[in-house]
Amino acid sequence: MARVDYNNLDLTAPVEARGLRTQFGTNVVHDNLHIRLNAGEILGVVGGSGSGKSVLLNTLLGLKEPDGGVIRVFGKERHSMSDEERRALDTRVGVLFQGGALFSSLSLRENVMVPMREHTDLPLKLMQELADMKINMVGLPMSAASLHPSDLSGGMKKRAGLARALALDPQMLFLDEPTAGLDPIGAHAFDELILELRDALNLTVFLVTHDLDTLFATSDRIAVLVDKHIAIADSPDNVVKYEHPWVREYFGGPRSRAASHGKSN
Amino acid sequence: MSSRATRENEAYTLEVDKGRLIVKAFGRWNLDTVKDIDSALTADLEKLGYGPGEADSEASFEQVVFDFEGLEGIDTAGAYVLTRALGCHDGYCRMWSLVNSKKGQRSLMSVAAEASQEMEAAPKVPWFAPIERLGHGTMRGLSEAYDTIVFFGQFSVVLVKMILQPHRIRWKSVVALIEEVGLDAMPIVVILSFFIGAVIAFMGSDLLEVLGFQVFVVDLVGVSVLREFAVLITAILLAGRSNSAFTAQIGSMKMRQEIDAMTVIGLDTNETLVAPRALACLVSAPILTFAAMMAGILGGLLVCWTQDISPVLFTARLTEVVDVKHFWVGMVKAPVYGLVVAIIGCRQGLAVGGSVESLGSRTTTSVVQAIFTVIFLDALFAMMFLEMGV
Repeated sequence: MARVDYNNLDLTAPVEARGLRTQFGTNVVHDNLHIRLNAGEILGVVGGSGSGKSVLLNTLLGLKEPDGGVIRVFGKERHSMSDEERRALDTRVGVLFQGGALFSSLSLRENVMVPMREHTDLPLKLMQELADMKINMVGLPMSAASLHPSDLSGGMKKRAGLARALALDPQMLFLDEPTAGLDPIGAHAFDELILELRDALNLTVFLVTHDLDTLFATSDRIAVLVDKHIAIADSPDNVVKYEHPWVREYFGGPRSRAASHGKSN
Repeated sequence: MSSRATRENEAYTLEVDKGRLIVKAFGRWNLDTVKDIDSALTADLEKLGYGPGEADSEASFEQVVFDFEGLEGIDTAGAYVLTRALGCHDGYCRMWSLVNSKKGQRSLMSVAAEASQEMEAAPKVPWFAPIERLGHGTMRGLSEAYDTIVFFGQFSVVLVKMILQPHRIRWKSVVALIEEVGLDAMPIVVILSFFIGAVIAFMGSDLLEVLGFQVFVVDLVGVSVLREFAVLITAILLAGRSNSAFTAQIGSMKMRQEIDAMTVIGLDTNETLVAPRALACLVSAPILTFAAMMAGILGGLLVCWTQDISPVLFTARLTEVVDVKHFWVGMVKAPVYGLVVAIIGCRQGLAVGGSVESLGSRTTTSVVQAIFTVIFLDALFAMMFLEMGV
């Protein structure tokens, strides 16, 4: 496993972007965008459809090169890192993609084992046991471990994707719409799971979501992506009160009121 | 104290004291380090009589105390390896408690202990597993053959219906597919059979020269290309080129629920997807076969020219000794093979499941099945024509 030298890392800021600019052709998606995650927090990111939430996620993950600005991962600038450093830091980051993005030719257990095989030299049996443990941790029955993704329901796929994201015990978790397409019971259970895992594993979570229930139930801070930048990133109470037409409409709607009401009870 | 049994190394100390096992962990217990710790810990626990898999229904009377005072860091992998001390077995674990832990470590240990308790031993592979697989494979092969025949039957009904009501045929897609299946395949079919014809002429003339019957090479090229090679080359290329494309196209439509959507809207997939492809192959195969025949004979002619058989002599002998029935035997088989290849491709496409893997395996099956069926049918045709004296 590529070693991470923790000494010259700033563990208090797992991810930080300053003056970020992203564009596709002439279409500017982000302009002068600042965002910072603090260690151990759950940051919920909201924004209208097409406001570039997923683009932001991909840029922070390094899947897309930014057109301007700097991204620091644990205090180090991403573009000045060597390939080896980048690989090592990537093992500290887990991602749950929207559809789960499980490898369909592998069983669930093998899916969770993929990152371990790549980055560790553990014996096969221990790897299998650890994979089974992760599967158990995300609340799936052990019998699911040998199933293939096509045999799983949508909710189970999300959980399985989370198990794979947790395979290397990352410090950071990126979640892209984790509760989209889940029924309210499943979504609520997923919220609980995220909170529980955050406490047990001391995770920092970047959560992109449209689900207001999830947002209010889990987020420590909410960042609002509007007008090509993060307009405000603050505690849920302060964000709701923020004076901006879009923000007011977003949080002032009947759905939002019900969700934040549920939270305060 | 003699009643105390201890084991220790730099990562942990184990101590049995008054029926309690005290586990003190030191340093970092994470993915990087657990490999060595795990094997040492397992061995040491066994020596103390606390080995993994030894807990049973009595285990709840035994206590394990984890002491995290010297611990610098632990992750889920480390926590999981620590729970080996609980000796979980068939859902029974020893009781445990935790002292000197930092924030979050208790819930981490609970998660790990819970997972250990749920863990099931991997089922043993029975000795007859290979035989079982063989049996399953055989049954799968048989049901595959059965399903293909059923599909042929269903499609025949559709085909008859469409012939009776020609307005239901989607001419536009039929014509587009003829271009894709027939016209686009023309160059490769022509080039391949040109070479086949040339090779037969080469080999034949070499052999027949020894016997002094070199001119018989014309008969050889004529009969073999017209009767067998042209149509077989065409069918095999259709199987490799179009049949696999059909499976992949229809299969990915199936994966993206397009087929389901069509069914719900009330479109008959046999009519909209299978029939145009079958018709396109039905029309294209004879045309391609004809082109292949011409190219094969041209190849033979050119090679013979280098062997002192002039084109004039070649054509004269061809018309004189090679009966036109050989041409018809070849042409009659072409539409049959075309139809078979198209239908197998479509059926495999419709049989694709939800996974990428099934798309790949269905495409493979489709090509293999199509080529197998074509050659099998060719053998049947040969026997049939022999009996008929054609």
